[in-house]
Amino acid sequence: MLAFRTALTAFRRAPLLSALSITTIAFSLFAFGLFGLVALNIKNALQRVEERVEVRGFITEGTPVEAIAIASDEISRYPEVLNVEVVTQTQALERARRELGEFKDVFESEVLPASLDIKLKPGSRDPATVRKVVERIRGFDFVDDVRYGEEWITQLYRLRNIAGVAGVALGLAFAAVAVIIIGATIRMAVLARSREISIMRLVGATDGFIRRPFLIEGSITGILGGILALVLTYLAMRVLGQYLHFETAFFDRRIGTLGVLFGAMMGLLGSAVSVGRHLRKV
Amino acid sequence: MIRFDHVTKVYPRAAIGASALTNVSFFIAKGEFVFLTGPSGAGKSTILKLLYMDERPTSGEVRVSGYSSHQIKHGEVAKLRRRLGIVFQDFRLLEDRTAEQNVAFALQVIGTPAASIPGKVSRALTQVGLASKATALPKELSGGEQQRVAFARALVNDPFVLIADEPTGNLDERATRGIFQLLREINASGTAVLMATHNLELVRSSDYRTIELNHGEIVFDSADAPRIEAEVD
Repeated sequence: MLAFRTALTAFRRAPLLSALSITTIAFSLFAFGLFGLVALNIKNALQRVEERVEVRGFITEGTPVEAIAIASDEISRYPEVLNVEVVTQTQALERARRELGEFKDVFESEVLPASLDIKLKPGSRDPATVRKVVERIRGFDFVDDVRYGEEWITQLYRLRNIAGVAGVALGLAFAAVAVIIIGATIRMAVLARSREISIMRLVGATDGFIRRPFLIEGSITGILGGILALVLTYLAMRVLGQYLHFETAFFDRRIGTLGVLFGAMMGLLGSAVSVGRHLRKV
Repeated sequence: MIRFDHVTKVYPRAAIGASALTNVSFFIAKGEFVFLTGPSGAGKSTILKLLYMDERPTSGEVRVSGYSSHQIKHGEVAKLRRRLGIVFQDFRLLEDRTAEQNVAFALQVIGTPAASIPGKVSRALTQVGLASKATALPKELSGGEQQRVAFARALVNDPFVLIADEPTGNLDERATRGIFQLLREINASGTAVLMATHNLELVRSSDYRTIELNHGEIVFDSADAPRIEAEVD
């Protein structure tokens, strides 16, 4: 309790230094948050695109309906498959007319082949799995051709992997910079109170007792910095959304809380390192 | 109570062959008053630092109230210091806290129950004659008064020994006399006093034991004087 009171008193005694620490943490996390927001929106966009990954097996004209139904049933039982839709020649024509709008008159008769449109489960839309499913569908005698936009899927995944690796690398870099800056600002706070620390040691305070208020102070600074960063990130998203006219997703409550906790952890870590170093020195 | 047994101290960054203390041995009994004198750099402060275990001897042993420099663990140093009262030339007060808060601080940081703190603080400030200035900030007090606050802080935990490193070094003659009188009173109440000082006038004005150091060695100990005189005879 005393440690908590001391930590709060420290904020009151050095408001400028505390504000500096909070702002530093906030801006470090803000940079981290902005990147996270970009990564989140890329991920969401890719997920939406991914949902459209579809395998289409074209059926040879004259194939009996029963054979198609049996095949459709079998394919829908593949573990990777979400659902299978049988598209007849008539339906294919209707769909083409609907999708092509003004060119709808190009299709006058049932020139388009019937097909099995196969949607894959999330997690089974990577190039290797898609290829595996395609090979099995090619195995059916009545399947003429299979289209699945191979190149497109490979590119999509490559983009996602690059975004993922860049996200982790940049995120780690931002986090490391944030910890260093926090360590430095808390070191300033420790130095500002080095006289107090030396007196504490002189009168018989244990290292744990000396450390506690700084750890609490670091954590509170981290939490406040985290909250400020969250507010800044939200405002930045709103402003960007308003000017760039696109809809963006924000962190959900879980990620928001995690972000604030991350701030607290950085504050705690920064303080622990700074106080530990100082105590070893004096 | 306090024993230095063939203590030598060489600081890690000292020039080769230069030791702060060389083969120093002495014993201070319970309730004794001892002056530690000698020129600057003679080793007075090193002796005090070894005593409150801020430094460890390079060789030899320091024993303070049952704790040995050979065996004391890091965590036990804090416990030892709770039994010592330490005062410095520069007072080392917290400038943003009142006299009573400075004294209370020494109790708070060792986990003294909050209810018993005001009574102890008030007694300590009364003992040093500063009860009327309990709410004053250090900058509102004279040098002598600030040193009295430091004494109150050192005494509030009822130490068995008061270690004073040049406590009158920053004070004028009148304040020096006042502080010395306070030290006599503290000693009279049963607390041992070990005072490092340059002030030879103060040393000569009393018949307390004097240990004189030069170049890290004890060159005179008045406790041995009768024996030396007897040997000469």
